[in-house]
Amino acid sequence: MSNNMFEIENVSFSYKSYGEVNIDIPALEHVSTTIEKGDFVVILGRNGSGKSTFARLLNALLTPVEGKVIVLGKNTADENNLWDIRSTAGMVFQNPDNQIIATTVEEDVAFGPENLGIEPSKIRIRVDEALQTVGIADYKKSAPHMLSGGQKQRVAIAGILAMKPECIILDEATSMLDPIGRKEVINVLKKLNKEEGITIIHITHHMDEAAIANRLIIIDNGGVVLDGTPKEVFSNVDTVKNLRLDVPQVTELTYRLKDYGINVDKLPLTVEEAFEILKEI
Amino acid sequence: MIRDITIGQYVPGDSLLHKADPRTKIILTFIMMIFIFLISTYWGYLLLTLFTAITVISSNIPVKFVLKGLKPVLFIVIFAGIINIFTIKGTEIWSWGFLSITYEGINVAIKMAIRLFLLIITASLLTYTTTPIALTDAIEKLLGPLKRIKVPVHEIAMMMTIALRFIPTLLDETDKIIKAQSSRGADFDSGNMIERAKSFIPVLIPLFISAFRRADELATAMEARCYRGSEGRTRMKQLRFSGSDAVVTVITVAFMTWVLLMEYVLF
Repeated sequence: MSNNMFEIENVSFSYKSYGEVNIDIPALEHVSTTIEKGDFVVILGRNGSGKSTFARLLNALLTPVEGKVIVLGKNTADENNLWDIRSTAGMVFQNPDNQIIATTVEEDVAFGPENLGIEPSKIRIRVDEALQTVGIADYKKSAPHMLSGGQKQRVAIAGILAMKPECIILDEATSMLDPIGRKEVINVLKKLNKEEGITIIHITHHMDEAAIANRLIIIDNGGVVLDGTPKEVFSNVDTVKNLRLDVPQVTELTYRLKDYGINVDKLPLTVEEAFEILKEI
Repeated sequence: MIRDITIGQYVPGDSLLHKADPRTKIILTFIMMIFIFLISTYWGYLLLTLFTAITVISSNIPVKFVLKGLKPVLFIVIFAGIINIFTIKGTEIWSWGFLSITYEGINVAIKMAIRLFLLIITASLLTYTTTPIALTDAIEKLLGPLKRIKVPVHEIAMMMTIALRFIPTLLDETDKIIKAQSSRGADFDSGNMIERAKSFIPVLIPLFISAFRRADELATAMEARCYRGSEGRTRMKQLRFSGSDAVVTVITVAFMTWVLLMEYVLF
């Protein structure tokens, strides 16, 4: 089997007729790309760029109007593959409150495996493992509303981990969190990617989160605009700025130094890199 | 403030009743409620009261808590008692004009009061010793046979679970909206009943809109986690009958048989 987690072939999607208004808004147009197993991909794009639609196409919450999406060899358009695909590619949503179903943490984590019809004793093992991995085993009997935002999102991640996925898609999952909560979630994601080899697709607005990815995709106006390592993408400072997105602060600082006659040939993504580069000058 | 409201009034504990399976407790509670109506002698009531008292004490629930729960029905009991005392015909003890008190009237009024109090205590013992979620699970299991006649038992239980899950979230939200509207000059505390009820409309509208949005997002999240109704679904927590259930059942049934024998054979 190939090493591809997702194969996206010439995919278009549009939202049709809300209520009586017959509208046809294209959200994605002719997107083709592949995402490899074990990759850490960050997707950036401003509001309405089509990035959420892209995410929802990946786990068959939406099916393409044109083209096809293949998840580990399975076409999302085929209804028989639906449950396989959704347990392979789990999804964490933006609002932590609106994705927790049960009244205690452990029951919520068990929800996914319960739906898959797994034996009760095995669910128990999976739930305990998942809670351990995301670091909230101490709260397993707590009610969800007693947890912080970061903890709630980690519960949501654990809920997906318990389904033993190959990939986790995060649809702006850090956008409602405070800096500490974001850090907690990002650390869990890094760990899952490195230690368990789980493919991560992380949609975000935060540039510093983009810098940790292996691959960065910028979507605008329903199409992929830039695609590459964060370094490659962020070196196009002007293009990124024109898309009304930001580059990490250190990158921009170093870039602007050019205007003052200080010539740097490569652009840093982190403070440490910036320090090294500036030291050489 | 608004967060202090607890639903179900569960009192955490480790007693025999706490440990018993919720299904056992629901069934026994129902039988007990019917049983209370089968008893009609003061001897029977005395024994029943003693039994209930022992159950309350053995389950480690503060007696004050239980008595507090009786307050709301006190008015009904007094009201029904007065009507009984003055309307039931029989041997007159005292009369003045058209009002008369009979021996039978007093008798019925007292028995009625005891019955109502015992009923309330028995029913609340169930919720004091069982978490709402355990109750929901038990209801799903007990109503299971109704699935055959197409009653959506699983869906009903799922709705109850989600409702329980979202009560604190929505209470929080109500609190926030009330504060937001107050800060814009909304007045919730003055005027008569109708005016006050009307003043809550600016709270209810945003609350409903947000609840629908939550429902929509929750449905998507459930679908993403492979939810497809009860079909092919298992549960992590399996309800299991244990020693506690045997003990609780044997004690209750033995007691009831004994009292029934006293009632109908000996007296």
